[in-house]
Amino acid sequence: MYNFEYNRPASLDDALKALSSGEEVKLMAGGQTLIPTLKQRLAQPSKVVDLSGIAELKGITVEGNAVVIGAMTTHATVAASAEVKAKIPALANLAHGIGDPQVRNRGTLGGSISNNDPAADYPAALMALGATVHTNKRQLAAEDFFAGMFTTALEEDEILTKVSFPVPEKAAYAKFAQPASRYALVGVFVAKTSGGVRVAVTGAGEDGVFRVSDFEAALSKNFAASALDGITVPADGLNTDIHGAADYRAHLIGVMAKRAVQAAG
Amino acid sequence: MAISVSMTVNGKTVSGDVEARTLLVQFLREQLQLTGTHVGCDTSQCGACVVHIDGESVKSCTVLAAQVNGTSVTTIEGLANNGTLHPMQEAFREHHGLQCGFCTPGMVMSAIDLVKTHPKPDEHTIREWLEGNICRCTGYHNIVKAIKAGAEKMSAA
Ligand SMILES: Cc1cc2nc3c(=O)[nH]c(=O)nc-3n(C[C@H](O)[C@H](O)[C@H](O)COP(=O)(O)OP(=O)(O)OC[C@H]3O[C@@H](n4cnc5c(N)ncnc54)[C@H](O)[C@@H]3O)c2cc1C
Ligand code: FES
Ligand code: FES
Repeated sequence: MYNFEYNRPASLDDALKALSSGEEVKLMAGGQTLIPTLKQRLAQPSKVVDLSGIAELKGITVEGNAVVIGAMTTHATVAASAEVKAKIPALANLAHGIGDPQVRNRGTLGGSISNNDPAADYPAALMALGATVHTNKRQLAAEDFFAGMFTTALEEDEILTKVSFPVPEKAAYAKFAQPASRYALVGVFVAKTSGGVRVAVTGAGEDGVFRVSDFEAALSKNFAASALDGITVPADGLNTDIHGAADYRAHLIGVMAKRAVQAAG
Repeated sequence: MAISVSMTVNGKTVSGDVEARTLLVQFLREQLQLTGTHVGCDTSQCGACVVHIDGESVKSCTVLAAQVNGTSVTTIEGLANNGTLHPMQEAFREHHGLQCGFCTPGMVMSAIDLVKTHPKPDEHTIREWLEGNICRCTGYHNIVKAIKAGAEKMSAA
């Protein structure tokens, strides 16, 4: 790992100042992706700005019909939160299924979605629940935030502050985990909301998370696993790697979507 | 540029100068000579480096020393009390939960974190919790037995 300057501001303003210092700056949440990236010299920032000292980026609140989670809230905190379990149990389950306990103790919601790993779990929840991403300067619909593999709409001088998740009527997440890493080989989040059913898939797409409109239409008419019988997802645009081929992933999307619908009840 | 850090390690206040890139595990092993915390993979996978920061288990190969400035760190060396093994260590000894012992410090530190929220974990919970701890020797069976027994002893203590 190359050396860098380290700083840990206590306020969002100070962090924004450090970001606009003109140097090559990287923000750090829990470091669970950033530190491995620095070790591999895939990033060589001259300065790392640790966001863990900024109190306003942490915590979970219920605001109206939404659960609002701070960017620096860890996966372990989301998984154990009484508010999340009561309002959106599928989201607590998803957080509980990320990686392993030690990763969940350090890894954060903000770090996960800013990184937008195509196999990460949270992007599916944001897309299916129709979440809103808040930054220091604007609000973005999940759809506009995720912009392809490892890419988001975040600008260089922008810090993600929180995510607002509307509470669905019911929802569930079903993941077929890659056995070594626990990342999603295919993960499907299904949510029945007042505006209809939304289905989002992670782990499978070449461009990251995406929605499946054929599944959504069928489930909006009849919210039952059997409603998906005979509807297939094309393998075009899906990943092929050592863990599975595109046609295998296409098949798994159907299987995991049915399991999610069953789990949602 | 050196950064001064100060923290509590195993109950004692320690301070030292580190580089920004110094990992917590390097600080513990190389500066404090606490070599009970192991590095198996250095890629966040194996759990040999697990320590507690303010009571939570973390992989010390994936945390910077600078990030834990001001916290309280516990390593495997901090568990025994005046030569008496911690109940979880004792359970590993009693139930043959180790062979070469390389993974053991991390296993024990993870296990103790589990007991905080699950005073009487069942086998399934233990196996799920060990997702981030890899053992090349034992086949896990006796580790799981040891953790179950260690948890019972801890809850009884
Ligand atoms: C062994 C292992 C297994 C894992 N398994 C899974 C899994 O099963 N599923 C899954 O979804 N994930 C998994 N992960 C990833 C994990 O969920 C982490 O949350 C993720 O790595 C991000 O880490 P972090 O929050 O510490 O962010 P960091 O590593 O600190 O940051 C990640 C990136 O986001 C940027 N960033 C962070 N916060 C902000 C912010 N507020 N505003 C703008 N940019 C920001 C950083 O600059 C950096 O580029 C795994 C990781 C490991 C090491
Ligand atoms: S050495 Fe830290 S996880 Fe393997
Ligand atoms: S006892 Fe040898 S690696 Fe676990």
